[in-house]
Amino acid sequence: MKILVPVKRVVDYNVKVRVKSDGTGVDIANVKMSMNPFDEIAVEEAVRLKEAGVATEVVAVSCGVGACQETLRTAMAIGADRGILVETDVELQPLAVAKLLKALCDKEQPQVVICGKQAIDDDANQTGQMLSALMGWPQATFASKVAVSAGKATVTREIDGGLETLEIALPAVVTTDLRLNEPRYATLPNIMKAKKKPLETVKPADLGVDVTPRLTTLKVVEPPKRSAGVMVADVAQLVEKLKNEAKVL
Amino acid sequence: MTILVVAEHDNASLKGATLNTVSAAAKLGGDVVILVAGSAAGAAAEAAARVAGVSKVLVADSAVFADQSAENLASQVVEVVKAAGGAISHVLAPATTFGKNVLPRVAAVLDVAQISEIVAVESADTFVRPIYAGNALATVKSADPVKVITVRTTAFEAAGEGGSASVEQIAAVADSGLSRLTGRELTKSARPELGAAKIIVSGGRGLGSSENYHKVLEPLADKLGAALGASRAAVDAGYVPNDYQVGQTGKIVAPQLYLAVGISGAIQHLAGMKDSKVIVAINKDPEAPIFQVADYGLVADLFEAVPQLTSAV
Ligand SMILES: Cc1cc2nc3c(=O)[nH]c(=O)nc-3n(C[C@H](O)[C@H](O)[C@H](O)COP(=O)(O)OP(=O)(O)OC[C@H]3O[C@@H](n4cnc5c(N)ncnc54)[C@H](O)[C@@H]3O)c2cc1C
Ligand SMILES: Cc1cc2nc3c(=O)[nH]c(=O)nc-3n(C[C@H](O)[C@H](O)[C@H](O)COP(=O)(O)OP(=O)(O)OC[C@H]3O[C@@H](n4cnc5c(N)ncnc54)[C@H](O)[C@@H]3O)c2cc1C
Repeated sequence: MKILVPVKRVVDYNVKVRVKSDGTGVDIANVKMSMNPFDEIAVEEAVRLKEAGVATEVVAVSCGVGACQETLRTAMAIGADRGILVETDVELQPLAVAKLLKALCDKEQPQVVICGKQAIDDDANQTGQMLSALMGWPQATFASKVAVSAGKATVTREIDGGLETLEIALPAVVTTDLRLNEPRYATLPNIMKAKKKPLETVKPADLGVDVTPRLTTLKVVEPPKRSAGVMVADVAQLVEKLKNEAKVL
Repeated sequence: MTILVVAEHDNASLKGATLNTVSAAAKLGGDVVILVAGSAAGAAAEAAARVAGVSKVLVADSAVFADQSAENLASQVVEVVKAAGGAISHVLAPATTFGKNVLPRVAAVLDVAQISEIVAVESADTFVRPIYAGNALATVKSADPVKVITVRTTAFEAAGEGGSASVEQIAAVADSGLSRLTGRELTKSARPELGAAKIIVSGGRGLGSSENYHKVLEPLADKLGAALGASRAAVDAGYVPNDYQVGQTGKIVAPQLYLAVGISGAIQHLAGMKDSKVIVAINKDPEAPIFQVADYGLVADLFEAVPQLTSAV
């Protein structure tokens, strides 16, 4: 059984981005880029399924600029067997990514695609669901537990009110939530090994996909800043302020 | 122009998030129609008909919606859009785990983009949405014939009652047969829902254990009639269930009062609560970033300060 894992290169979660003064976007020149944390969890889960003998091959895919190769190497250092880069300089929106992934699924025929539930830059939370719909496959989003056996997957999902468990037919799309697993650190020998693993590059046109953005960003601004508050000396003063100044008690 | 709101409900009643979504729909200017796809959902449909500003309620009542699976719900929404033959210009749902699960499927099948978690409507095709954990607000314009949108509920008031919409039964789609719900463990609590609470008492890793979390924070929450929340670290450590998590990748809240206890204030946490009206932080570390967004900060040991606060309110 083959597992496909889409991995996105994003601004590292520790970086606090700055909005460009001309309002055209956020400044991501010279900031640290990393694999989207939810995708690390996805790679880890796929590799664990391989280690458990459930999966036979783990293929990582990244769509975007040439530098996404680094993200693919990271996925291979965690344990993915090979990587596919869909290279483009066009700003990719989730629908376009889902179409690229569909074209790759048609070609690669994976039984499971494990995506992150959301990318922490654009926070769209769409791609996995879109891919699943385009393929006509079932989906299990926001997974905190995944078990795969005999043509089906049993997935526990984190939902607003608690947890729910779905049984879905394969092939299917699963998207990861934070508590699915704790990704391993890639060891130096594995990082070295990853450099030798196969990495194929294709273009959206090779896959017959039009990636033209559907949404235009008109401007990007900073949200209103909260005005600085005050420090209180003790609980009595806090209660007094909450009652008489803020009037919330 | 018709705006279709996909109701989140439990068959007996509408979820509060649906009411905020109706308010966002009303800002688009057009007829607001609510779709209730459920199983024995008559009561929810009646509730939808009473929401102010709604002109029609469509009800697809069938066992295929018993699990509220994304596959069946999305097919139903697509059917409704197609049957309207171009009359539906927008499809909206709340940006809850329900809406996030269903709506991208609808967008993909209609071959349109989805605009996620809007916080403002500029015009019928232009919307504001937060990106990068709320550190930037993007104004985006859609050129698609149908705009598929999820709505950040804290950014819009809840629509009131007083409507008297007509209710129309429609045919339900067939079951996809691909997905089956086998279990649901909902957190039981007599406290208000996080998303709707006026006051939230939220605890972080500083509480140290599940036992402490409950022993220290529950009496305060009980006295204030507050909901309980948590940081990711507290959830990961097993102090409380996953649905308590506030933040970029948990719940987005905006109560009148948010009390952050033993929470450092990581950007991912701030993304979920910084639109609260009043923020109070109790932390023993004067350098904790949470103090930069707090209206009132108290540097103290929470194990002393919180019990004092509980007896003082
Ligand atoms: C103002 C602005 C400017 C931007 N400029 C650019 C730009 O110049 N160039 C650019 O590339 N992007 C740019 N982006 C980002 C781009 O718009 C987002 O990548 C896109 O909208 C996808 O959203 P998402 O990643 O949040 O999707 P989500 O649906 O949240 O992603 C979920 C999952 O889908 C998978 N996935 C998503 N995208 C990819 C991918 N590319 N490759 C592999 N797997 C993926 C991952 O598994 C991920 O966890 C910009 C965004 C904004 C707001
Ligand atoms: C992809 C991703 C998504 C994430 N999403 C979220 C999210 O949605 N929500 C979220 O919250 N986090 C999220 N995080 C995690 C986030 O980065 C932080 O790790 C987390 O918020 C820290 O939780 P905390 O403040 O409870 O713990 P810590 O950072 O460990 O802070 C504990 C605080 O308690 C204080 N303290 C300790 N003892 C006492 C005492 N006796 N009295 C008073 N104060 C005390 C300490 O001074 C410290 O400031 C995410 C991270 C990633 C990578």
